[in-house]
Amino acid sequence: MTMSANPGALHTPKQVADRRAPAPHISMFARMLLRAAVLRRRRAASALLAMIVAAAVATAMMNLYVDVQAKLRTEFRNYGANVVIVGKDGQSLPADALTKVESVLGAKTLAVPFAYAVARAKDGQSVVVVGTDFTRARQLNHWWKVSHWPDAPNEALIGMRAAGVVLPKASANRQPLELSFQGKAIELTPAGMLQTGAGEDSRIYLDQSEFQNWTGVAPSTIEVAVNGTAAEVETSIRELAELLPAADVRPVRQIMEAEANVLNKTRATLYASAALVVLTSALCVLATLIGWVFDRRRDFAIMKALGASERLVNGFFAAEAAALGVVGAILGFLIGIGVAAWIGRVNFHAPVVPRFGVFPYVLAGSVAVALISAILPIQLLRRVQPAIILRGE
Amino acid sequence: MFPRLVYESFRHQTRRKLLAGIAITLGVAVATAMIAVATDIGDKINRELRSYGANLVITPQEDTLDVEVGGVNLKPPSDGAFLNEADLPKIRGTFWHNNIAGFSPMLPVTVQIGDRDDARDVTLIGTYFNKALSLGKQDFTTGVRVTHPWWRVLCGKPGEFPSCGWPDDSSQNILIGERLAAKLDKQPGDTLNVAGRHLIISGILSTGAAEDDQIVAPLAVAQQIIGKPGAVRSVYVSALTKPQDALAVQDPKTMSPEVYERWSCSPYVQSIGYQLEQVIPHSHAEQIRQVAQNEGTVLSRIKGLMLLITFAALFASALAVSAAMATAIYERRIEVGLMKALGAGDLAVSAIFFAEALLLALIGGIAGFSAGALLARQIGRSIFNSRISIEPVVFPIILAIAVFVTFAGSAAAIRRAVKSDPVFALRGEG
Repeated sequence: MTMSANPGALHTPKQVADRRAPAPHISMFARMLLRAAVLRRRRAASALLAMIVAAAVATAMMNLYVDVQAKLRTEFRNYGANVVIVGKDGQSLPADALTKVESVLGAKTLAVPFAYAVARAKDGQSVVVVGTDFTRARQLNHWWKVSHWPDAPNEALIGMRAAGVVLPKASANRQPLELSFQGKAIELTPAGMLQTGAGEDSRIYLDQSEFQNWTGVAPSTIEVAVNGTAAEVETSIRELAELLPAADVRPVRQIMEAEANVLNKTRATLYASAALVVLTSALCVLATLIGWVFDRRRDFAIMKALGASERLVNGFFAAEAAALGVVGAILGFLIGIGVAAWIGRVNFHAPVVPRFGVFPYVLAGSVAVALISAILPIQLLRRVQPAIILRGE
Repeated sequence: MFPRLVYESFRHQTRRKLLAGIAITLGVAVATAMIAVATDIGDKINRELRSYGANLVITPQEDTLDVEVGGVNLKPPSDGAFLNEADLPKIRGTFWHNNIAGFSPMLPVTVQIGDRDDARDVTLIGTYFNKALSLGKQDFTTGVRVTHPWWRVLCGKPGEFPSCGWPDDSSQNILIGERLAAKLDKQPGDTLNVAGRHLIISGILSTGAAEDDQIVAPLAVAQQIIGKPGAVRSVYVSALTKPQDALAVQDPKTMSPEVYERWSCSPYVQSIGYQLEQVIPHSHAEQIRQVAQNEGTVLSRIKGLMLLITFAALFASALAVSAAMATAIYERRIEVGLMKALGAGDLAVSAIFFAEALLLALIGGIAGFSAGALLARQIGRSIFNSRISIEPVVFPIILAIAVFVTFAGSAAAIRRAVKSDPVFALRGEG
């Protein structure tokens, strides 16, 4: 390569001949590019730095924009089910409904069955008893405040308000509780208290199989948390409705609409910030590079004075700008991925997955900005006589 | 001489000043807009989170158990304790009245609908739709249209019943749930026999929840049906709250006076509930945990995200401004050479450059701040339909940052320009 060549070697006859020959223009061209970068390394470095910062910021913003929406959707699933499956006219669902739901939505989706019955306490007070799967209910409803989850047979979770009515006051918490349903009595041990501030507070929760043994009532409701975009949830609802003709599959509008609303606003804010930041860094790169190229009007004038063609000079500055854009884009992309991952870890406690699909855009953008900032000053300088520039005017 | 040097430099080197000035203005504008958005985003998203509905519910202290399965209330309607409707406007009189977005009273009663042959029991809920209330000199409206934004009134075919829509709170018109309407085959404009009264259906209600099988009526209608004027079973309150922390969950009864002061002066869902209990006699306020517990997480995630992006944006603008300043100064090494050749000291030369940088930073800072404020307002209007306000305190901070960053960016370049040998610079070899 020409890197190793020193200026003295230029005068060997072979090299002089090479220089005159039309073919090895490329090596001269490459040498000019390299020498320009090495001799003016400080200036080149500052231009490159601006380029890298802009590319890094653009990469980080694009990565975040794509990934954060998925991350936020996961956060929104803490609000619980967004789809409910209810037997038509209060009927029980078919016994295989839960298996069917899971086969359609995959094991990642949470589906929790609920069966309801009205039982009587010892003093004749009516109370709603619910049979459910505690492990799943616990995963689905993070907001349930439970003093102790049932883990032994015949243990029940007592809603806060139900406890005030069915549990004898000032008694030990673990005193057994007697309930009867259509003449069949059952004795339950209160495992813990449940507090939600909603309807659950007035109910008593029991394990599904114990509930069914006692009352013979099968689940009439399945609450499902479906992950994904609004369109994906709609598709899942349609699939479930086809699969379970005996049931009503409904979206929980309260959850779905509020989620869509908050997500849209967040996405719009993120988009606006991303656009702003990317635009600013691009413009600042433009300002820095224009200054840099303009500053080299003497190089330009000398090249023209030595007889370089317009095409060669333009090509030289364009190639230099493109090289700067490419190097800046690659380094900036790597840094940007790091920044996005860091933001993901700090804020969502899960790293943002690098998206290499973003790279072509960053590369194209960087090269385009670099080319624009090279071509603008060249167009201005072209009209000026080289002699005037060389005289320092 | 010194002001003249600076003035002439600005007059003759307009292009260079313009490039550096643009970089500073842009950097400051983005920084201002991002700071404004980041400081306000919490409040904005908090309001958006209200679309999840009420986060507090007030019930009578001596409440009996709800016996409700699948939206059908199995409890006798006149059973249990009630709140007094006349106490409700006091909710607006609490310390946190600005944080209360709205409230709706609920009075569920079981009614018989239809004529003799196909009579059936359904639940009718009496509530406010968008009721005008007043407390002292303050007038306001509240109701389910604020607290339950996902409730939708459907009208079937357009034009069939022109006055279809939300019923007036003083009327005797009702909404019937979507599924109930399908079962009864009723359209908006039809009359329905509810507990011996003929009420006009002013629309079909779609909520995606239990109300789809129920009837929703103005509160007064439900009170007439059970013959208890002024009775309310529960009140749903939608409040803007602060995410919960360690202080929030303490029991106010065991707090020391200072801690209590701090606790009750923070809009935690618990402290708002505590105050509501105090203004409404014999009441118990409970947070609706599904809504109240989750909004804190979502809010802090979004706030954190914007904060980090703002840091990234500030860092990027600072670097861009520094790079632009370094370029602007490097271009002028011949000038420096000339000044030094004429006998100017290092101090004098640096002073001129710093004065120029200060001037640029101030001009760019003011222009950038105004542009950033406009930008923030535009973002607020187009995304949140409300203004993003910038605290006046931000202005001096932004200016200080602009000056600091410009100086920091210039310092290295100025030092290099001052240290360089004038001979090389003048020969054009620097």
